[in-house]
Amino acid sequence: MADFEPKIVAFVCNWCTYAGADLTGTSRIKYAPNVKIIRFPCTGRIDFMLLMKSFANGADGIIVSGCHPNDCHYTSGNFHARRRWMVFRDLAEFMGIDVNRVCFSWVSAAEGAKWAEIVNTFTDEVRKRGPYKEYIDLAKMEHKNVIL
Amino acid sequence: MDSIRKKVTELLESGAVKVVIGYGEGSDNNVKAIFVRKPQDASKLIYDERCVQNLAFYLMKHEVKHMGKRGVIAPLSVMRTVLQVASECQLKEDEVVVLGITSEKELVEFSNLKELETYISKSDLSLPAKEKEIMDKIEAMSPAERWQYWTNQLSKCIKCYACRAACPMCYCIRCQVECNQPQWITAEATPMGNVEWHLMRAMHLAGRCVNCGECARSCPMEIPINLLTYKTVSMVKGNFEVYAGASSTMESVLSSYKSDDKENFIR
Repeated sequence: MADFEPKIVAFVCNWCTYAGADLTGTSRIKYAPNVKIIRFPCTGRIDFMLLMKSFANGADGIIVSGCHPNDCHYTSGNFHARRRWMVFRDLAEFMGIDVNRVCFSWVSAAEGAKWAEIVNTFTDEVRKRGPYKEYIDLAKMEHKNVIL
Repeated sequence: MDSIRKKVTELLESGAVKVVIGYGEGSDNNVKAIFVRKPQDASKLIYDERCVQNLAFYLMKHEVKHMGKRGVIAPLSVMRTVLQVASECQLKEDEVVVLGITSEKELVEFSNLKELETYISKSDLSLPAKEKEIMDKIEAMSPAERWQYWTNQLSKCIKCYACRAACPMCYCIRCQVECNQPQWITAEATPMGNVEWHLMRAMHLAGRCVNCGECARSCPMEIPINLLTYKTVSMVKGNFEVYAGASSTMESVLSSYKSDDKENFIR
């Protein structure tokens, strides 16, 4: 476990968080290299299935980040996303999915330091939790013999 | 029962409706849905504690739509379904006559959908005791126990999609699982595929499920999948203060938003 480095996937919106992450880089702020950033036009476009597929394909943690409420480039995309995340998080928790492995945040294009802080804090948290073994194990099973 | 048969005979004789969807005797002491088109067949209608099937799901099928104006025998779950599908523009007010049945098995007539809304707002919409007990049991489990419970239950799923067929809200002509470019969810019954399918279905029903329980009743493997949709119902009610089937004009929960929706997990 000491050598475990979590794989974090970040679904971010192009106009705020992606630009913010860009600012982190140009400001030469160091942050954990575990994160793979995927650029979306808006958080409103992020389907909850993407999160599930990420876990099934080996992600140990997921960051979903976008513009602050009222600042969405497309006016209301992040409002719809917020509602969707609220419902998804409760449902996933009810099914036993580890929702502490999903980090939602609002990071604006000027918040380069905040992006670094979020990635660093979250990577630490996921590192402590370890690999998301039970999810990957289920994804690999062809069938599960169960006696209920 | 007599008042139901009398009313249906009246409606069919006057031509106010072309068909009434109700409950009739099936084989083996089971109840089945019947489509009464002739006034004399109204005597085949029954109503007792076995009558729980959500008949509203037939209202939107095109074979039934072509029959003309339809009536439906409506216990509470059917009433809520009618309002919910009307709010989703699948049913117009003048296409359906709702013959409500109270919990005391009395007939109550509604002349328009507004009266239906008033009736529902005064009704008891809480979960049946048996379901509430299982829900409470699951909520009290640890996350690892919940994962075990659901993966065990859902690994029984054979992907027959009976739950989708029975649900009145699953009327999409092209369900997302039928799309194979890209294929989000495998058609095979694998443990992970089943979890993805049921979670996806519950998400697509968030704010739309009326707790009729048809999905669980139709499941040949007896998986309590209605509990997943019940969870979204209680979540939506708690956070957004709305519930499906409350009115024929309400906005869909996931297609609308309030700028002050409150959550406690966004950093």
